[in-house]
Amino acid sequence: MSDPQAFQAETRSWLEENCPKSLLGKGGGGIVGTWGGRKWKPESEDQRLWLERAAAKGFTAPTWPKEYGGGGLSKEEAKILAQEMRAVGTPPPLIGFGLTMIGPTLLQYGTEEQKLEHLTKITRGEIRWCQGYSEPGAGSDLAGLQMRADDKGDHYIVNGTKVWTSYADEADWIFALVRTDPKAKKQEGITFLLIDMETPGISVSPILLISGSSPFCETHFQDVKALKSNVIFKEHAGWTVAKALLGHERSMVAEAFGGGGGSRRSLADRARAYLPGADAEGPLPDATLRQDIARMEMDTRVFGLTMQRARDAAKAGQQPGAESSIFKVVGTEINQRRQELLMHIAGPQALGWEGEGFAEEELQGTRDWLRSRGNTIEGGTSEVQRNIIAKRVLGLPD
Amino acid sequence: MDLMQSEDQELIAKTAADFVGERSPIARVRALRDAGDPVGFSRELWKEMADLGWVGIPFAEVHGGADLGLAELTLVVEALGRGLAPEPFLSTVLLAGQLLQRSGDEAACAKWLPGVCSGDTILALAYQGATSRYEVFSPAVVATAKGDGFLLTGQAIQVLDGHVADALIVSARTSGEQGEASGLSLFVVPKDASGLEIVRQSRVDDRNAALVQLSDVAVSASDALAGIDGGGQLLQETIDRATIGLCAEMLGGMQHAFELTLEHLKTREQFETVIGTFQALKHRAADLFIEIELSKSAVMAAARAADGDDVELARYASLAKAQCSEAYVRVTNEAVQMFGGVGMTDEYDIGFYMKRARATELTFGDAAYHRDRWAALGGY
Repeated sequence: MSDPQAFQAETRSWLEENCPKSLLGKGGGGIVGTWGGRKWKPESEDQRLWLERAAAKGFTAPTWPKEYGGGGLSKEEAKILAQEMRAVGTPPPLIGFGLTMIGPTLLQYGTEEQKLEHLTKITRGEIRWCQGYSEPGAGSDLAGLQMRADDKGDHYIVNGTKVWTSYADEADWIFALVRTDPKAKKQEGITFLLIDMETPGISVSPILLISGSSPFCETHFQDVKALKSNVIFKEHAGWTVAKALLGHERSMVAEAFGGGGGSRRSLADRARAYLPGADAEGPLPDATLRQDIARMEMDTRVFGLTMQRARDAAKAGQQPGAESSIFKVVGTEINQRRQELLMHIAGPQALGWEGEGFAEEELQGTRDWLRSRGNTIEGGTSEVQRNIIAKRVLGLPD
Repeated sequence: MDLMQSEDQELIAKTAADFVGERSPIARVRALRDAGDPVGFSRELWKEMADLGWVGIPFAEVHGGADLGLAELTLVVEALGRGLAPEPFLSTVLLAGQLLQRSGDEAACAKWLPGVCSGDTILALAYQGATSRYEVFSPAVVATAKGDGFLLTGQAIQVLDGHVADALIVSARTSGEQGEASGLSLFVVPKDASGLEIVRQSRVDDRNAALVQLSDVAVSASDALAGIDGGGQLLQETIDRATIGLCAEMLGGMQHAFELTLEHLKTREQFETVIGTFQALKHRAADLFIEIELSKSAVMAAARAADGDDVELARYASLAKAQCSEAYVRVTNEAVQMFGGVGMTDEYDIGFYMKRARATELTFGDAAYHRDRWAALGGY
């Protein structure tokens, strides 16, 4: 980077000029935001405009190369951009699995043609992606997947069922793991395949969760034709690609929870609102809750410092250390504990499902708590993650 | 702050690790204990550590030090913690030495620090009474004005390396109420002062400590570092820095204890297989690994915060101590459990680590104490 200060000033004024005022401060978090895709209906003209301008500037995928629609920024520049976006209060112009999962994977394993075809559409928000990994009979034992792709020369015919496909009902393309060699050892007969969701034979049914929402679907494939030109990396070598993508997914999940409190109201301030006899300042009257809040803040901070340690090592060009293997487990378990602590803080007011007598934040808290129980299951259960640490990092035998 | 090590720091860490591996195995600690050694550590080895420049790391060059910080010092202490080296780093360098250095009392520094840096002088800090618990501002020594000076009377417990110290720094109340920072004075008292009685104590973890009785020990106002009534804040800051140093020792200890445990899991056979194949043990081992990685980050950040004179020094010290206290105890409790019956024998080394883990947990405040302090510092 030539001059960080110049870049910062330039970025600041670009953001101020180009992000519509109506969007400022609507940072969004988690799943709130612009997902894009063929079926996307912008909530406002400003939202559409912000995506269009940011994409043209390369700011939807700041570190991707420019030839694929990215911004071509260095990590340092991207960090400055993120800081400036926070400072100005701009929402992310685009979110989704294209940017966080399949995009980085294509950059690593895609052919030039595949990159040109798919990455640009991702950065412009034209195509929304979903993930076809788990199956009814292949959860933690992902390599046991059975969805068949039979070789028909220049294409495959795909049959089977994927489950927990996030937002499959709104997605345009799916990146899927399929079995191309049923006779090989289970990890060796898998291919990583991209399939257009509009292909005849695909049907999607959303799954209602305990939190009341349906972010996941069951996706059925019946005699679906998929071109071989959409194989990523090599036929039968999909497991390698799958693991790389899981790495991106797990670091994304960890990042999402690493911030902890962020700019949200502090846990102690929330507690003051619910504890009888709590003053505006001074020690909280509930000593146990006070300890629990301190523990949560401290654990979150130590986790944040550990992620920083990994980032600083990466910046210095070192290989990811052993510390990065713990992120998924720790990040998700901290988030679950945080959601439970928020329930304890709110007491009976944490029990609302909908309707009268509960604040919006309380109703959301109920859903967030329920949703968080899935954090340690999705993207590799905590048990699978611990197996990975035991085997790969600690060298404990099978 | 950047959470990574410079090349110089990596070199210090490697040199220290090699030194401990070759010269300070746990067998040395065992032999000192079994012999009932009157010193309890090796003066020769201490001198070598001084010659290597480790003892003088945080002290000014003019006094023979290296003028470096906790980022470097913690690397050495971590390595020594792996072998539970009994040399007086905590007492002489982290506590009394840092207290002198940070007091800005040039005369006192010139008198004591060159000897510390050369490995010839041992210092100790006497600040805790039998009922002080973790309270820094509640010593059991009272200073009564007499003429131009003061008479010190009272008791200090578990004064680390007090039995061989050439001088003690004694925290005494000169005015004000117990629990208050103001009214505390820190007097330098030479070991041969009249009215001073030092009796060696025996602790579960074999760390060297002494009970110090003071009966009308005469000191002058100029013996008070940071002035009469002005020592409270200096004492608290020094203990925060020493706490971060102690956390580094704990980090070294938990890593070594974990390595011993992993080795056991990979070699001990039961049910016709090594026990490390059992998922019930694998997952627990993974959890211990997680706690150690988190502890590393906390220590690294705290040391850097202290070196940067971060206003959040107290919070970082509490963060690191809460994390390391629970991690070290958990790692060593689990270690003994995974070793099984032999883990309970004195013959196996793992018990030394479990004892030290508990002792360090209960030094400078346990995790609950530091969470409480974190909350207070956060205004709740």
